[in-house]
Amino acid sequence: MYFPLQDIEAAKLNVDDPDHLRIHSLETFGTHDGPGIRMVVFVQGCQFRCVYCQNPDTLDVKGGTLVAIDELVKRAIRQKGFFGKDGGVTVSGGEPLLQRSKLKTFFIKLHEVGINTCLDTNGRLNNEEVHELLEHTDLILLDVKHINDEWHHKLTGLTNKNTLALAEYRESTGKPMWLRYVLVPGWTDQEEYVEEWARHFKDYKTVQRVEILPFHQYGKHKWESLGMNYVLKDLESPTEEVKQRTLNIFSKYLNNVVLK
Amino acid sequence: MEIDVNVISFEPGVWNSAINVYDFVVKNIRPYTGDASFLSGPSAKTQRVWSEVKKALLQERANNGCLAIDTETISTITAFRPGYINKEDEVIVGLQTNQLLKRAMKPFGGIKLVESAVKERGLKVSDRVVDIFNYARNHNEGVFNAYDAEVRAFRSKHVLTGLPDNYARGRIIGDYRRVALYGTERLIQGKKEDFNAVGGEMTEHKVRLREEINQQIVALKDMTAMAAEYGFDISRPAANAVEAVQWLYFSYLAAVKQQDGAAMSLGNVASFLDIYIERDLQAGSITEEEAQEMIDQFVMKLRLVRHLRPGSYDEIFGGDPTWVTEAIGGLLHDGRTKVTRTSFRFLQTLYNLGPSPEPNLTVLWSKDLPEGFKKFCAQVSIDTSSIQYENDDLMRPNRGSDDYGIACCVSYQEIGKSIQHFGARANLPKALLIALNEGKEEKDGASVIKGIPALPEGPLDYYRVWDLFKRTLSELARVYAKAMFIIHYMHDKYYYESAQMAVVDTDPHIDIAYGAAGISIIADSLSAIKYAKVTPVRNEKGLTVDFEIEGEYPKYGNDDDRVDNIAKEVTNYFIGELRKHQTYKNSTPTLSLLTITSNVMYGTNTGATPDGRKAGESFAPGANPMHGRDSSGAIASLNSVAKLEYSDAQDGISNTFSMIPKSLGSNREEQITNLVATMDGYFGQMAHHLNVNVLNRETLIDAYNHPENYPQLTIRVSGYAVNFVRLSRAHQLEVIARTFHGSLS
Repeated sequence: MYFPLQDIEAAKLNVDDPDHLRIHSLETFGTHDGPGIRMVVFVQGCQFRCVYCQNPDTLDVKGGTLVAIDELVKRAIRQKGFFGKDGGVTVSGGEPLLQRSKLKTFFIKLHEVGINTCLDTNGRLNNEEVHELLEHTDLILLDVKHINDEWHHKLTGLTNKNTLALAEYRESTGKPMWLRYVLVPGWTDQEEYVEEWARHFKDYKTVQRVEILPFHQYGKHKWESLGMNYVLKDLESPTEEVKQRTLNIFSKYLNNVVLK
Repeated sequence: MEIDVNVISFEPGVWNSAINVYDFVVKNIRPYTGDASFLSGPSAKTQRVWSEVKKALLQERANNGCLAIDTETISTITAFRPGYINKEDEVIVGLQTNQLLKRAMKPFGGIKLVESAVKERGLKVSDRVVDIFNYARNHNEGVFNAYDAEVRAFRSKHVLTGLPDNYARGRIIGDYRRVALYGTERLIQGKKEDFNAVGGEMTEHKVRLREEINQQIVALKDMTAMAAEYGFDISRPAANAVEAVQWLYFSYLAAVKQQDGAAMSLGNVASFLDIYIERDLQAGSITEEEAQEMIDQFVMKLRLVRHLRPGSYDEIFGGDPTWVTEAIGGLLHDGRTKVTRTSFRFLQTLYNLGPSPEPNLTVLWSKDLPEGFKKFCAQVSIDTSSIQYENDDLMRPNRGSDDYGIACCVSYQEIGKSIQHFGARANLPKALLIALNEGKEEKDGASVIKGIPALPEGPLDYYRVWDLFKRTLSELARVYAKAMFIIHYMHDKYYYESAQMAVVDTDPHIDIAYGAAGISIIADSLSAIKYAKVTPVRNEKGLTVDFEIEGEYPKYGNDDDRVDNIAKEVTNYFIGELRKHQTYKNSTPTLSLLTITSNVMYGTNTGATPDGRKAGESFAPGANPMHGRDSSGAIASLNSVAKLEYSDAQDGISNTFSMIPKSLGSNREEQITNLVATMDGYFGQMAHHLNVNVLNRETLIDAYNHPENYPQLTIRVSGYAVNFVRLSRAHQLEVIARTFHGSLS
């Protein structure tokens, strides 16, 4: 474990300062986390410990800045003209579900002013509060990091059961979902598991799009500046061949698979 | 080949009985709402001509940017015998001189400047021409005879810069369509009628007007003679599409043979030409490939326009620009779009001939443009970074005409009814430093403005500084207006644009287009003084050499009203002051927030400013926020610039916006959709202008070598963004190698 899990602090994150979100940063011109042009709120705090994490600076649940939800809504309104018919606000992270009850407030306020809401999550939690949040979430981007629970543990430090359960729950609501898969050589590119992953979701009706995100080293300097041990520091990005192979396997079972 | 022009006739109207191209366009335009799938690639002829041109362009570059100069001839409409590139393949003909890319002397702007430009190339102006100017006077001489000490001081201290007092002012757009629609004979007749209408008691204005009209008539006759040498009779109207393009080009060619104006726009010719092309297509006399061929070859000629410039000119207008600006798209007042198939064909030249800065293709953006056209524009921007956008929904209602072009870079101008007098630029940060230094220029302490009191020691007081700055701006406006009056008086007298004015209504309305540089520095400086604590550091002469800033202050470019409103207020005050003064020919003052490439030169000549900018550092271009200070993202930056009031800066508010393809979306389709949404978002809040750079690999390589020029270059990686210049060198190289595989360029 390269960073303490901070269970108590993580629990407080959801209840303390109900009018504020703890965020890492804001991106005003996001085009990679959901459809159209989006304001992306990167929240602070995550309890997954992914070996390939690109944003290790968002892990610490005590880090970041508290920003008033109303201020974020105001910012979103100033950008509304750029959202067009597809865009809106995405909350990414970090792990948004750690601040689920506050995000519900945020999303309700966004809906009041006609702004589309999108949640980019690893599905760490699957409870009543999360379900309430999903009611106000127009689109969920669910990151299913590995289909095999043992590998999921190795990769993230935690089980994939909650994530899969959350996918099932979303499917039951009939509301739209995109799935995401980070392709990491030696960790998530095993043909049999890729196949299993795709098969798992083949009958899902709510999955509108599946994104394969090839591993890259752009997060490396963040690990270095945080002085943390980065086990994948010498890992190469997946080869064209592996990317194509994964795309082909996914496409056997799923529609609208996109290699990013 | 015989073409019967009467097979399909044009819809008649007022245009039949009066010179009124607009009426012809409105009656006959065929708006096109489809997509780009009908377009053709370059014809074999086009490819052959273009390959000759490319060879010559390489030679020109190898020869330090100038292939050849004719040092014997004073360029006029009829100077030089016909020039060709590859005659049998040229569908549209005509060069400025008898040889491709050979530059000509136009010494009536200023013989000294021509002499130095020629000398820099190791050549000499012929004795005959030098001797002529021992007798003839020129614009530059006239202006300096009328300047006073005050104007000279403002000029030499770089408060007023780039003044067109030793080169041609440019900016005037002729209605070149007239020659195609009417032929020169009918236009001459119209000008004769105008002459006869100047009656009654003589005034200076009437005498001058009569002389001007006769100069215009001579220009039309010269144009006819020039075309005749190429084997065409332009005294009559164009009978078909290829003639319409050729006639129109001859009219423009006459202008660029006579004048070497800084910017000589083309206007809005695409949809006019489309009417002829559509008719010929309908009659079956041409194919789509031939239609594209005419436009490709016309555009090719426009890319070859050259003027003789000295090195010093390059400081202000870097890269040898000619600003052959063509405005494409927009709407008519009746709600129909002006987008036609030929609007697409013009953009298609960027594929058929490859990307190019000229002609300066400017899309007039409206939320109601057809989707297919919006998408094609975005696609072309992504592929070529060669087009700019201006807000038709803003200019059309605000300025009144739906038949306008873009003069120079960004300025609205109604075609054929109104012209502009170019006003160069005032250096606002310099003015602020004068205000902080008792009216003295900050570098050597020379007194520039009288009556500015000294400030007390210690931190600057916002209200006191604002008061002194306003007094300085008032004085600046007074001297600026005086300089422009003199310049345009003399330009008319010694270097009158008879070829262009021959295709403009007689005695048109005129805008005098003043300009201001450094608005972002002013906004940030005043914001720093107001919200932080700013203390001047003065040298032994008491002149400011630096400023100590304690505390944070809101910076322009972050969608923060506290500072954005300062930018608005200063702009409003300055144009208000400019409007108080007399103008030559009663022209209407307008103002631009624009720098072209001179932001670097302004920076070099301006001392440290209270925003923390060090002496010599470049200004931001146009109305852009200062580099790296718009740290709240692209949209916040766009929102700040969008707040500037167009009614205070009707000559244009320029914003340059750069993105890398990947940050626009992960595939081409998304990138196109998102760029369209960006434009809709920006212009939807009544912003004026946007230069869109979607940068390619070459740019990233440049960013690698000169990271200081790309403080904001952002790359999206899945899930997060990183600042390109903060990645390690090795990563940058990796991104350079990776981003461009296959998909783009």
